Amino acid sequence: MTMTQNPPAITPKLIALHGITPEEYQMIIKKIGREPNLTELGMFSVMWSEHCSYKNSKPILKLFPTSGAGVLVKAGEENAGIVDIGDGLAVCFKIESHNHPSAIEPFQGAATGVGGILRDIFTMGARPIFLMNSLRFGKLDSPQTQRLVRGVVAGISHYGNCMGIPTVGGEVYFDECYEGNPLVNAMAVGLVTKDSIVKGKASGAGNPVYYVGPGTGRDGLGGAAFASRDLSEESHEDRPAVQVGDPFMEKLLMEACLELCQTDALVGMQDMGAAGLTCATSETAARAAMGIEIDLAKVPQRETGMTSYEIMLSESQERMLIIVKKGKEKIVEDIFEKWDLHAARIGEVKEGTTMRVFENGKLASEIPAKALVDEGPVNVREEKQPAYLELEQKLDLAGIPEPQDFNAVLLKLLAHPSIASKAWIWEQYDHMVRTDTVFYPGHDAALVRIKGTTKGLAASTDCNSLYCYLDPYEGGKIAVAEAVRNVISTGARPLGMTNCLNFGNPMKPEVFWTFHQAVNGMSDACRAFGIPVTGGNVSFYNENPQGAIYPTPTVGIVGLIEDIETRVPSAFQNQGDLIFLLGATRNEIGASHYLSVIHGRKQGLPPRLDLEREAALGRLILGLAGKKVLSSCHDLSEGGLAVTLAECAIRSPAKLGAVVDQLDMVMQSALGPQAQTGTEGKLRADALYFGESQSRCVVTVKPEHKEVLVHEAQKWGLPVFQIGKAGGKDLVLGERIQLAVADLSRLYEKVLPDSLNGGV
Amino acid sequence: MHELPRQELTKGEGLKAVIVVFPGSNCDTDCFHVLRDVLKIPVEFVWHKQGKLPQCDLVVLPGGFSYGDYLRTGAIARFSPVMQDVKRHAEAGRLVLGICNGFQILLEAGLLPGAMLRNRSLSFICKPVWLRVENNQTPFTRKFQSGAILQIPIAHGEGNYFCDNDTLKGLEDSQSIVFRYSAQTGELGDEFNPNGSLGHIAGITNAKRNILGMMPHPERASESLLALTDGRALWESLV
Repeated sequence: MTMTQNPPAITPKLIALHGITPEEYQMIIKKIGREPNLTELGMFSVMWSEHCSYKNSKPILKLFPTSGAGVLVKAGEENAGIVDIGDGLAVCFKIESHNHPSAIEPFQGAATGVGGILRDIFTMGARPIFLMNSLRFGKLDSPQTQRLVRGVVAGISHYGNCMGIPTVGGEVYFDECYEGNPLVNAMAVGLVTKDSIVKGKASGAGNPVYYVGPGTGRDGLGGAAFASRDLSEESHEDRPAVQVGDPFMEKLLMEACLELCQTDALVGMQDMGAAGLTCATSETAARAAMGIEIDLAKVPQRETGMTSYEIMLSESQERMLIIVKKGKEKIVEDIFEKWDLHAARIGEVKEGTTMRVFENGKLASEIPAKALVDEGPVNVREEKQPAYLELEQKLDLAGIPEPQDFNAVLLKLLAHPSIASKAWIWEQYDHMVRTDTVFYPGHDAALVRIKGTTKGLAASTDCNSLYCYLDPYEGGKIAVAEAVRNVISTGARPLGMTNCLNFGNPMKPEVFWTFHQAVNGMSDACRAFGIPVTGGNVSFYNENPQGAIYPTPTVGIVGLIEDIETRVPSAFQNQGDLIFLLGATRNEIGASHYLSVIHGRKQGLPPRLDLEREAALGRLILGLAGKKVLSSCHDLSEGGLAVTLAECAIRSPAKLGAVVDQLDMVMQSALGPQAQTGTEGKLRADALYFGESQSRCVVTVKPEHKEVLVHEAQKWGLPVFQIGKAGGKDLVLGERIQLAVADLSRLYEKVLPDSLNGGV
Repeated sequence: MHELPRQELTKGEGLKAVIVVFPGSNCDTDCFHVLRDVLKIPVEFVWHKQGKLPQCDLVVLPGGFSYGDYLRTGAIARFSPVMQDVKRHAEAGRLVLGICNGFQILLEAGLLPGAMLRNRSLSFICKPVWLRVENNQTPFTRKFQSGAILQIPIAHGEGNYFCDNDTLKGLEDSQSIVFRYSAQTGELGDEFNPNGSLGHIAGITNAKRNILGMMPHPERASESLLALTDGRALWESLV
């Protein structure tokens, strides 16, 4: 075989610098029957990286249930999963991390995160209809955090707004564990007709392979860039590992690709994200069990003197690989010309299963496609329960004094940036473009309509990482349950789950143990709720010098509402509506926001979640929503009952207050053993007001619907308490809290602006 | 269906509208939906490379980021081939409505006076705002009460209207300011002005009243499902 280059010998040092172990190197030699050249070594290094191959997480990810009613494209099969929503339509969704790029360069890191997740959606032939994101930063009072927040928000705003895709919701948390290692997880949801789903397959020998989008540069060579610098005399300057996004280019690319999907010229499509051209060519070939050949001389390039190594590994943005039906090339070329984009024919699908890369007619690489894609190493990592767990889970409630002034506690909780209004953030996102947004950000879940149908889609992202730190199994369960509860609270039935598993270094047995536990918990919850996992992403190595972040398995749930007129808002709607608390309240203040913010302790066991009871609550809410019985529904999470009621008031259009004066029954009912307390049978007042017992919602109904509500709740065996009435200008909660809604609202709205305005 | 057909012009009497699609337009389908599905007005898209407009009464320049707005908002779109015919259409006294980026394009094309600066906050702002109708004697506002207060969303990074003193005086003297940002009570003041616009200007018209440029998005406030409906009377004024 003739190689175009005689690069420096493949030394053990070079192999190690590519992150390839000696064992993996022997595997490579076995796969290709010889030593790899440098280009091939680079291709194996990116394709066998954790990011592309899931070599460390694969055995654990198998725990997720991936099939279910309506799943059209399963997790791992394609760029994103797809679920049927009836009437010939399907929904395509995925969440993905861009944590490390955002830590280095928050604006471009976050922007390209949005760009990448959108390509995953339209590469399936689906039109992206909304975006969400889950963001986690260090403490808000640090200037470093403020700089990151401003940059990340501006980056998301820049990319999503220009693309014309609304960012309709998400979550933002602030905790010192994310200091220096923020999490930026972006989620996109798209709509596709079932008969126009596009697969990333290079089928049909002789079909031409096209490269579309802007030219390839040396950007995004990332950790592998060192080697390229040694290689080429022209690449002597340092290149940023973070790519630069061009949302206008991606908008054109999206419109052109979606126009192409409506023709009969398309065989397959795959975006060039991580591992760029290497990943797109090898994956499309491997999926189709075909061979593929490309000629790098035909790849549009925006820099001169690029080596085959650099072209194959570049992660330049806004590029796609398209497999075209032979004879229909003109259709493709015309569409891309209309949008002023290049479409370059760079190769062809071949018989066999080998991927060949040529450079000016000379062979630069020859590898079986499957060796890169499917036959990478799979590691079973060592696991060990972390020593901190037992220590931190112990919490003696007797040592936690109940506060004197509950008004002050509520105000302090509402002023915590993780709870306070995020309007400063989401008002920078165009959350209304496409004119489908029915529930703005700030609801339990976002809700968008589907034009031309009665349907709507609801979506929520969630993860309480403190729970996951203190009990990763229970925390994983609760992450799923809360996101599901948020979606159900709007009246939508959950369809599927995507997830972004953010953890520390998987080589540390303690980190890997928490990873395994969290996935176990999530899987058990998905099975109990009958929700398939349709895809996601793993992000390891989230550490700063102080150690790993809290385990943060972010969950994204998408739900369907058949008749948008049955939607349920989350805030108080009418004066005089009766307020009910659904679900049982226990002495659960371990791992709570209250314990952390008021008592400065991140300790204790998180609340216990009974999966059957949670499922019953879901069925109850959906049944009531369908009967149009509920005026509002808001689930209980951080800050417990008091914060939930405050949010119901602050977010209500008329800023309606409430008088909640019937808490005695809740108090008396709270019996049952509590592993972590010595006070069985007696509910503490702080647990009643601020505890975070699971599977609870606050709902309001018109008085005439009271009987139906109580009857239905009893039918499902769920505790139901009438606790008060909506109305007035104050929030009155038992004998301990009375505050004007206007004051609560002012405080709630000003926290983020006070920290983030000025000093740009 | 979620994909709107790119061509649809029904024959018949009454207003006919076209929506110009620039590369980077992203409120084109929103305007199409309101005109066709909500107001039942015949409407079609026109690709910006098209040299000639089809016969129509109303041209809508929609919101978005034409050409990415990397240079200056609307600065490149004004050179699109279709703009020559849009100018002829306007000179003939027929209706032109520029919304958001469309307003910015009208300013760059010289069809309306003034320029847009970055928002006072230097960041993009998307939220419903209050507007006061300053002139209801235009083809675009005749269904509004004089002085009516409307709630319509804005969504822009550069909506801070600016012009020189003479131009401002000219706009005021000729009653060409159609909408101003205000309080819900109609009161004017900096605290009710979301972007720092001179004179709290949210929308202006020309002397002939056949061209309207406005930053707020009436297409986002025309259906009860979306909670805001104050924009609907603008479309109804045109019928």
